[in-house]
Amino acid sequence: MKKFKLLLTIILTLSIFNNLKSAEQIDPIKVDWSFKGLLGKFDRSSLQRGYQVYNEVCASCHSMQYLSYRNLGEPGGPEFSEEEVKAIAAGFEVIDGPDAQGEMFTRPGRPSDKFVSPYPNVNAATAANGGAYPPDMSVLVKARKGGANYIYSVLVGYEDPPEGVVLDEGVYYNKYMIGNKIKMPNNLSDGLVEYADGTEATIDQMAKDVTTFLSWAAEPELETRHKTGVKVILYLILLTILVFLSMKKIWSRVNPEI
Amino acid sequence: MSEHEYVPKSKAGKWFNDRLPLLSLASHLTDYPTPKNLNYWWTFGGILTFCLLTQIITGIVLAMHYVAHADLAFASVEHIMRDVNYGWLIRYIHSNGASMFFLAVYIHIFRSLFYGSYKSPREIIWIIGLMIYLLMMAAAFMGYVLPWGQMSFWGATVITNLFSAIPLVGDSITTWLWGAYSVDNPTLTRFFSLHYLIPFLILGLVVLHIWALHIPGNNNPVGIDIKKPSKDTVPFHPYITIKDAFALLLFMIIFAGFVFFAPNVLGHSDNYIQANPMVTPAHIVPEWYLLPFYAILRSVPDKLGGVILMFSAIFILFVLPWLDTSKVRSAVFRPIYRQFFWILVVDVLVLGYVGAMPAEGIYLVLARVGTIYYFLHFIVILPVVGYFEKTEPVPLSISEPVLTGSADYSMAKKDNEKI
Repeated sequence: MKKFKLLLTIILTLSIFNNLKSAEQIDPIKVDWSFKGLLGKFDRSSLQRGYQVYNEVCASCHSMQYLSYRNLGEPGGPEFSEEEVKAIAAGFEVIDGPDAQGEMFTRPGRPSDKFVSPYPNVNAATAANGGAYPPDMSVLVKARKGGANYIYSVLVGYEDPPEGVVLDEGVYYNKYMIGNKIKMPNNLSDGLVEYADGTEATIDQMAKDVTTFLSWAAEPELETRHKTGVKVILYLILLTILVFLSMKKIWSRVNPEI
Repeated sequence: MSEHEYVPKSKAGKWFNDRLPLLSLASHLTDYPTPKNLNYWWTFGGILTFCLLTQIITGIVLAMHYVAHADLAFASVEHIMRDVNYGWLIRYIHSNGASMFFLAVYIHIFRSLFYGSYKSPREIIWIIGLMIYLLMMAAAFMGYVLPWGQMSFWGATVITNLFSAIPLVGDSITTWLWGAYSVDNPTLTRFFSLHYLIPFLILGLVVLHIWALHIPGNNNPVGIDIKKPSKDTVPFHPYITIKDAFALLLFMIIFAGFVFFAPNVLGHSDNYIQANPMVTPAHIVPEWYLLPFYAILRSVPDKLGGVILMFSAIFILFVLPWLDTSKVRSAVFRPIYRQFFWILVVDVLVLGYVGAMPAEGIYLVLARVGTIYYFLHFIVILPVVGYFEKTEPVPLSISEPVLTGSADYSMAKKDNEKI
């Protein structure tokens, strides 16, 4: 058992060592998101504001190719009304076709259309952004370690580079970005968008709203998942108790007791 | 094992059973005499059957919506997550199900190691079990490639590249495996095909595993043979079925916890980035259940050496029944082996931990020590301990009082005549 304890000590030491090591990198800011936790839900108005920020700011470079406009009206999301969703979709020009003559044509968007991408393909997006592809944002929150906290932190993490750090043209300093160098400029400034609900559009507010929106976009099933999960686990616990009692009864006929 | 021949009561039943004895089989399975002292570590066989069936059923549904093509696979997974009714639930059950499957199989294997279930006369059960485990690893690895994320692609690249370490023909074999000159669309389509095939091979082996089990019957915590079936055993149904059901439900609660509240904690965030052959992730790590072997692989500076060692780590288990020289099965009566067992558990955990870390500095040292110890356990410690260990007195039978043994077996003290 001495060796056992020794190895345990090694593991403990290692994990402490590991924590120390990661402390050199700055951890993302911890935000108390409404959608965290077992019963977490999205803040509806924050989602709607977040869509506005995405649409007016992010969407000029970042695509969201796996989302459809209809998703904006579905339960558990921003829950825009049917008319609003139709109006949002109609605001986009969608390439469709070929028609009977074999020609491609453009038409106003419909709720069933996927989000229109700002660039025709990855190469075009990369070329237009100084050689850095602005990643598709459909699942971005799930694709980054730290998730929503990390995205939010990067959005508010721009600062002047510390002394001695030389940045190339078109590269910006961000204290939360891995490697601290980011090709996306700081696009948020106070009052950049005018929120329909009158909320003051501070950098922090916009960063939180758009991160909430992106979290929903990455996990549109989150609210259903949480609600179903609670029911499933309660059901399983009840069933477990019943089976446990049956088991006790059946096994009472024999020894050993279980 | 059944002591009496089963005869169906109805005429039709008898007619059918004479031609295909399915009813006899059902009777054998329900009456199968099972040691009455099995503890909860013995419930993982049933849990594993559940895991396999869950993977097969969810997998079949996923395959209805998934598209095995390098350009479309990632998008088709998002389609499942967003547009298929309860597609997110089915996919999360399948992806977390793989982890739960491995969790259960590791407990099952270590249970066998602790109670000596691999020893005579159960060597074939053990070997079939290891074949299932190997196929599980192959299925899990190929399944992880299918979403065609960054870790899928780079994991596949790293693992398939291992074969290039084979002298002379290595590169040709790798190209043959890929069906291309790198991991590409042909690799994805064949992995999908094999990923669909393997679970059914596993299912077949499970039948053999259970068949082989039903010849000598279950081992048990005391590790001794059944002396008096009427006193030492209970019929499988309802005693074991209800106990398995209870354990399975507890397992399902944990399973559901992952699926509904932390569906992505066991995965890697990079796998939500579509595969890109031009961008290598900072750290390429396999899924958690393969980490100990990954640590062994990387502990050797030579590629071929690492590959050989990694495969040896699994294949050495095949000869385990003949490496263990002790006549006593259960570690309960083996004071020295018992301690080495726990050291092995810690060793494998340490290997798993360093497998997730970069192969440098202290991690590399630990990986090497862990690897050496792993082989030392099987090649040296097991045979030697078996010879020199002074085992504790083993009870005469499962139901008979243990006069000098471990306190754990006080439950065998009072023999109830009801059965």
